[in-house]
Amino acid sequence: MTLELAANQGSAPVTDTVDQSPLAVRGMTVSYGQKPVVFSVDMTIVQGSMTAIIGPNGAGKSTLLKAALGIVKPLAGQSMVYGAPLRGQRQKIAYVPQRASVDWDFPTRVIDVVLMGLYRELGLLRRIKARHIEKARACLERVGMSDFADRQIGQLSGGQQQRVFLARALAQGAELYLLDEPFAGVDAATEKAIIDVLKGLKAEGKTVVAVHHDLATVTEYFDRVFMINTRKIAEGSVAEAYTRENLDMTYGGRLATGQIDQLDLIAS
Amino acid sequence: MTGEEFVPLSLTPMLIGMFAAVACALPGNFLVLRRQALIGDAISHVVLPGIVVAFLVTGAVSAWPMMIGAAGASVVAVALIEAIRRLGKIEPGAAMGVTFTAMFAAGVLLLEQSDTSTVHLDVEHALYGNLESLIWLDADGWGSLVDPVALAGLPEELIRITLTLIVVCAFVWLFWRPLKLSTFDEGFAQTLGMRTGVLGLALVIVAAIAAVAAFDAVGSIIVIAMFICPPAAARLMTNRLEVQIAWSVVFALVSAIAGYVIAGFGPMWIGADNAVSAAGMIATVSGILLAITAVFGPCRTRSGAPVE
Repeated sequence: MTLELAANQGSAPVTDTVDQSPLAVRGMTVSYGQKPVVFSVDMTIVQGSMTAIIGPNGAGKSTLLKAALGIVKPLAGQSMVYGAPLRGQRQKIAYVPQRASVDWDFPTRVIDVVLMGLYRELGLLRRIKARHIEKARACLERVGMSDFADRQIGQLSGGQQQRVFLARALAQGAELYLLDEPFAGVDAATEKAIIDVLKGLKAEGKTVVAVHHDLATVTEYFDRVFMINTRKIAEGSVAEAYTRENLDMTYGGRLATGQIDQLDLIAS
Repeated sequence: MTGEEFVPLSLTPMLIGMFAAVACALPGNFLVLRRQALIGDAISHVVLPGIVVAFLVTGAVSAWPMMIGAAGASVVAVALIEAIRRLGKIEPGAAMGVTFTAMFAAGVLLLEQSDTSTVHLDVEHALYGNLESLIWLDADGWGSLVDPVALAGLPEELIRITLTLIVVCAFVWLFWRPLKLSTFDEGFAQTLGMRTGVLGLALVIVAAIAAVAAFDAVGSIIVIAMFICPPAAARLMTNRLEVQIAWSVVFALVSAIAGYVIAGFGPMWIGADNAVSAAGMIATVSGILLAITAVFGPCRTRSGAPVE
């Protein structure tokens, strides 16, 4: 059986929850070669939630996000944004790529990167006015980077770069925020700044989804988890889905028992 | 030198050299930042047989057949690369290397084997350009610039490169934001709904148009220096893309003017008789500018380290 056929058979029927969900992924299958990286995954993000996507390295976390956003072309599957196809809903989504995915030696300043978040507003040729600059500066202020507006981006530390990326996403003024490993390789102060901003977004009724690596902070930062290892393992509130059993299944026993014991598992 | 000598003999070659240098340097900025600088090299290799075939078919060196020939050669190149890659089961880099070299060799071979003595198209011109011969015989001084009769006799190559430069400038101006955004962060650009694949292809096509148009001025090999040297030198002068573009234009113009003048008069200054190739000297000057900025440019170190 070909991969496509298998993927199509595996896809669940689109259910009613799709209509209200900020992001509903159905039957998503992605392959970079012969082996699927993401296989027939359904994911339903709950409005107003903060969801952590967790799983081991190479489990397809980032790929799932990219496929849902149309950055990577899936073999099969679709994603619906607030009940409609992605194409017409892009203005409702802000995406924060992995920090390491871009060249920070690119010749540009911090404020220019944040202004990229206003591209939908500015279009090809509209002039950047004072109010646009003001908006960009306000976003930098929210992530505690207002003193760095005129810095060249290569002069920033990893944590500062991550905050600039978050500021750019804030400038987009979206409803749904998708972040790919926002805490990877950042200092403690940045981690705190970022989680404060994300919790602020949640308080405003926005929805946040983040690929997350640090199992120790899942219960503290997030209210929902999506666990993946090529296939979906579990999805639900932290209280019901973030269990020892599901972690074992997700990481295939690669986590030492001691590691799991240290986690603050609500349901274990 | 008086206007009577300068306008007919040097003005048009200099303008063609300047316009060609700028037309290549502008897309070159994005190619260099996208780590695709050698695409210019690939284009210049691949289009040569197309240009030669276009000449053999039409019997004249004129713009449209050359462009069509170049485009046809590019299509053949893409097909060949795919065929070699699939049939030989080898990596794309190797397939490209084989294709580019083979097609360039085929172009040179075609040129050598065909009778091109009546026009300015032979191996030497294909390699080094024929800038010095693009003179304006109808001119007799600065006054010719407002004389409709004399203007009608402007070399066709000047019109061609001017139109090309306009197209290149329009493309960069119109698509400035998408080009900048997708060069910096392609994934993010895609989430905005930007067709980054199409845009990247458009950039390569614009670069190809510039390369073919610059064929007259600097030949098909030296054009690669025009794509890389001015933008690379400009990158070392600034950390802002807008300023980098401006510097690259300055470096392109300086290379073209200084290169032309030194090629024409440099040998005399050191007591030699003959002039040297203008295109070669333009590339040399742009290389020297790159070397100077690489040693003295203010932004040549990787800035990576955090500044607190």
